[in-house]
Amino acid sequence: MSTSALFAATGGFDPLTGGEVMVAQNIAFAIMAVTMLVSAVRMVTTRNVVHAALYLVIVLAGAAGTFILLGAEFVGVTQVLVYIGAIIVLFLFGIMLTKGSFGDDDDVDGERRSMAAMVGALVLAVMAAALVDTFRDAELSRAQPSLTADVGDLIFSQYIVPFEAISVLLLAALIGAIVVARGD
Amino acid sequence: MYLNQFLLLSAALFAIGVYGVLARRNGVLVLMSIELILNAVNINLVAFAAFGNQLAGEVFALFVIAVAAAEVGVGLAMVLLLYRNRKSIDLTQIDMMRG
Repeated sequence: MSTSALFAATGGFDPLTGGEVMVAQNIAFAIMAVTMLVSAVRMVTTRNVVHAALYLVIVLAGAAGTFILLGAEFVGVTQVLVYIGAIIVLFLFGIMLTKGSFGDDDDVDGERRSMAAMVGALVLAVMAAALVDTFRDAELSRAQPSLTADVGDLIFSQYIVPFEAISVLLLAALIGAIVVARGD
Repeated sequence: MYLNQFLLLSAALFAIGVYGVLARRNGVLVLMSIELILNAVNINLVAFAAFGNQLAGEVFALFVIAVAAAEVGVGLAMVLLLYRNRKSIDLTQIDMMRG
């Protein structure tokens, strides 16, 4: 039975919870989540630094897709522009300027990998237990995507002070980066 | 869609990022893992914005993106300086401030 037929058979409603089933969204989420997790694991385990940067691109693109799935279109587009467009290029430049070769590199991993894996697993276990316990089957309530105009209104009214602080921070970071990286 | 599916994805990405920060000793790879952590935070913020049907979460996700851009700029400048002075970006060898 195809998913649309299944959707029609259940009348568009989940018989268990009574909420609306969003089959297409759930399939899209599953594909993106699996892709992101696999790429993230490959990113922290690969020995090739350039490949790690490219795996990071996949994770960031998946995050952008997740934002769009959540109805936050502006955040998704900003993610693509700033992260994939600018930050990854910065990383690739950083790799080029600090490495002689582009092949595999044996000394990118420390000695305490099992300890780090234990810490990561512990963090995940505690957070997952707390989340499952707190938000058992809370459903997302947004009916339609948020409007970019509303986001802009909010930034330039209620959050104008943090916005200006971020502007100054970016300027300071720009000047700081130039001063630190300049040779003399 | 459940709220928890997004929160658990975000928690998993966060844990992978924590592993990356702790296990790697290449400075650029540690910075990349920090980006992973910040992205997990962003997914959380946007998911809660959709859950509460309000926009403050999205606004702060945008702020986090801006802070991440600044952080990468300064971080990579420091890694470059480190490479120029020590010819290596192995973070386990950065112990000149050890007493």
